[in-house]
Amino acid sequence: MKVVMIFSPGEIASASILLLMVFALLAGLLGRSQGVLIVFFSLVATLASALTTAAGVMTVWRGTSEQFVLLIGLPDLPFHLRLDPLAGFFLTVIGLLSVFVSIYSAGYLKGFAGQRPVTRLVVFYCLFLAGMFMVVLADDALFFLISWEVMAAASYFLVMFEDERAENRRAALLYLVVAHVGAIAILLSFGVMAGLATGFESFSGYTFDAMRQATFPVAGATAAFLLAFFGFAAKAGMVPLHVWLPEAHPVAPSNISALMSGVMLKTAIYGIIRITFDLLRVFPWWWGAIVLFLGIVSAVMGILYAVMEKDLKRLLAYSSVENIGIILVGIGLSMVFSSFKLPVLAALAMTAALYHVLNHAMFKGLLFMGAGAVLHATHERNMEHMGGLIHRMPWTAALFLVGCVSISALPPFNGFVSEWLLFQAFLLSPSLPSPLMKLFMPLAAALLALTAALAAATFVKAFGVSFLGQWRGQRQHTVHEADWSMRSGMILAAAACLFLGVFPTVLIDWMDIVPEQLVGGRLSMSATASGWLWLTPVASERASYSGILVFIAAIVVYGLVYIVLHVKPGRIHRGPVWDCGFERLTSRMQYNATSFAMPLRRVFGFVVNIKESVTLVPQSAHAAFPKRLQYHLRIRDHVWNVLYTPIAGASFWLARKVGRLQQGRIQSYLIYSFLTILVLLFLTVL
Amino acid sequence: MNLQIAAQINSFLAAFVLLTAFAMLVQKRIYSLIHIFAWQGLLLSINTAIVGYVANKHHLYISSIMTLSLKVFVLPYILHVLVVRLKIRKEVETLVNIPMTMLIGLALVIFSYHLMAPVSELSHLITKSTLAIALATVLIGLLMMITRKHAVTQIIGFLAMENGLFFAATSATYGMPLVVELGVALDVLIAAFIFGIFFFHIHTTFDSLDVEQMAKLKEGD
Repeated sequence: MKVVMIFSPGEIASASILLLMVFALLAGLLGRSQGVLIVFFSLVATLASALTTAAGVMTVWRGTSEQFVLLIGLPDLPFHLRLDPLAGFFLTVIGLLSVFVSIYSAGYLKGFAGQRPVTRLVVFYCLFLAGMFMVVLADDALFFLISWEVMAAASYFLVMFEDERAENRRAALLYLVVAHVGAIAILLSFGVMAGLATGFESFSGYTFDAMRQATFPVAGATAAFLLAFFGFAAKAGMVPLHVWLPEAHPVAPSNISALMSGVMLKTAIYGIIRITFDLLRVFPWWWGAIVLFLGIVSAVMGILYAVMEKDLKRLLAYSSVENIGIILVGIGLSMVFSSFKLPVLAALAMTAALYHVLNHAMFKGLLFMGAGAVLHATHERNMEHMGGLIHRMPWTAALFLVGCVSISALPPFNGFVSEWLLFQAFLLSPSLPSPLMKLFMPLAAALLALTAALAAATFVKAFGVSFLGQWRGQRQHTVHEADWSMRSGMILAAAACLFLGVFPTVLIDWMDIVPEQLVGGRLSMSATASGWLWLTPVASERASYSGILVFIAAIVVYGLVYIVLHVKPGRIHRGPVWDCGFERLTSRMQYNATSFAMPLRRVFGFVVNIKESVTLVPQSAHAAFPKRLQYHLRIRDHVWNVLYTPIAGASFWLARKVGRLQQGRIQSYLIYSFLTILVLLFLTVL
Repeated sequence: MNLQIAAQINSFLAAFVLLTAFAMLVQKRIYSLIHIFAWQGLLLSINTAIVGYVANKHHLYISSIMTLSLKVFVLPYILHVLVVRLKIRKEVETLVNIPMTMLIGLALVIFSYHLMAPVSELSHLITKSTLAIALATVLIGLLMMITRKHAVTQIIGFLAMENGLFFAATSATYGMPLVVELGVALDVLIAAFIFGIFFFHIHTTFDSLDVEQMAKLKEGD
């Protein structure tokens, strides 16, 4: 703690970024001995992330801002860094999960030992972390974009880690394309803002400070916002730009999936908040309505795809789409409230969104680490081939369950707090002056409630099918529990989930400075008015929640049940599974992932592109007793057909048209240049 | 030599440069084409030396000597060797007939004069009247590349364009800095070598130096 006192948070954060970069350079030297490399890597990454987390926590705690100007950069365009509470909050989120994942990685990477060298993964992991930290710290457009690209490129190589499979290469390419289309939009957005701030004659507009001091005309600001929102939404995985998520997350190594889903998507959220609330500052209410609407669509569509998925990691990826949707709903709501000059309500919605950012990082990180442990043990991503893992992997099962309960927003875990806060914000929407929004808000709240319910169903399925029941696949004897480093990573994440759920007042007190600086409202006056025990976002007579009491009650109930059942031996006895009169039950007769989701598929099938068919293989003796039934189910994203295929078709059509210019004759090409020169010369005369 | 006479000599040489440009545009025989190109180089070299003398810029002498050696002797020699080695006997084929090319060339000259009129008015140099001719030479060089089918004549067109640029540089600003001119001269020389090598390859691949043949390289759709 003393070290933390001597150096300022900004210095600590910069030092840990430097540490990561230096280690990325040196990792090649250690590459000879993979075991040593993995241990060193885990230590360095954990240390750097822990330091950054400390820096972030300190910054938010003190509510201070520091600015640095680096000596490196382009000539006359030095890099600017700034660590303010918003950046500090995101540093905390990224750093905290990185600590857990870096501990977990030590065990996870050992699984690759003997198969392939992990040097490449280690190098890009460090660069990836450094890139994410730098994005949050950047205080000018140039440094922001460079960091953004470092992050994108490093994560591309991480997704490509197992590059011998065509599926992985394809997914990584898709990710790279979407990331770069997004990056172009962000670049253009910064261009618009810099141009409006200082004009194109001077380059000084590239700093965020210049943008903060400028007043933007509405049209220019709208263009900048829409471009930035598009760019960041592509990275965040908002519907309909989410297509890369379910492809890239499953094929990446699981520790990388945990980081990408848990925190990399959050850097995009950070970008949206930074540009909207900090750089543009003033906006019409309909910007918020757009964010809100797309957030709701993402949440509902994301969870509908997730519930029908049978690949565990794809399911988690789609669930990330849903959670990004929820976060965007919070941000959109905050924007609407803020533009109608309701700072306290805006602060409530913003707190809910930020709290969900932190929560989602924790539980999605935990779930991906759990899925990684399962994948590590079973070499299987398809839930149809799992089952009964709770007997073989009790630790992983219990920790995965914590993640499932958290993400399903059940008290006393953390998912509940943020979603509850968001609903509180929705319930206060009648105070909006716009009648249109008043009508729209209850509908959005209802859809959000539907999302929460579907999320619960999704994770009942994910946990139930993978961990309960009986084993469905082959090679059960190789299934083993995760080792201690993987377990400790997951235990820490689970503990964080519980802590965030039980002590929300502490957290809200801590992070209150962030919404205060962004929207000018505070929550801590009312939220913790009734003491640290009760969370009362508006007023105690309106709504209150105490995570601790729920937690204690849950423990008490569990303890009582346990005592009642175990106090007298013989109350519990194991018997054979009731087989409904059939004989010889096999594991194939269990509920599986596809059958579990069947009712939901019937109800919501119209929004999802489903193709299912049943074929009978008849028996020669009698047609009424078929030999076998074959069931085919294919679920595809509607977006591919509706959006991407036409776009691809149009670009090919355009390319063919442009291709006609290519005659293959030198004379024609010369004529093109000749005529261009003449026309340009002619224009100068005019 | 007073400035009046120098300006007149300059204009006189410029007229000849334009004349050679037109001569190249209409010349069908490839040997004569190379000879005219050499003559144009000589005119350019003399002009540079005179401008250097009048304007008292001594580095122009160096570029004048370079022009003389490169464009009057080395490049024509290389082209000559190429033509002999590749056994090019055919007369130069054109895409557009000669009178039509002449008319287009005339239009280009008029266009250049129209374009350069405001620039010439602002200039105080003795060479100001030749700027339009320099531009016209560049454009005619490009036109020559377009209208000819044979690869060697296209190169001559390209080199003629370069002559025009060089002429423009001397007449507009009394020449570029020496470093730039050295670089450009080296570029032209290297380009000529590379073209030479390419021609041998093109000749062996297509059995012809007619650039129309290269349309075969186009990707089919």
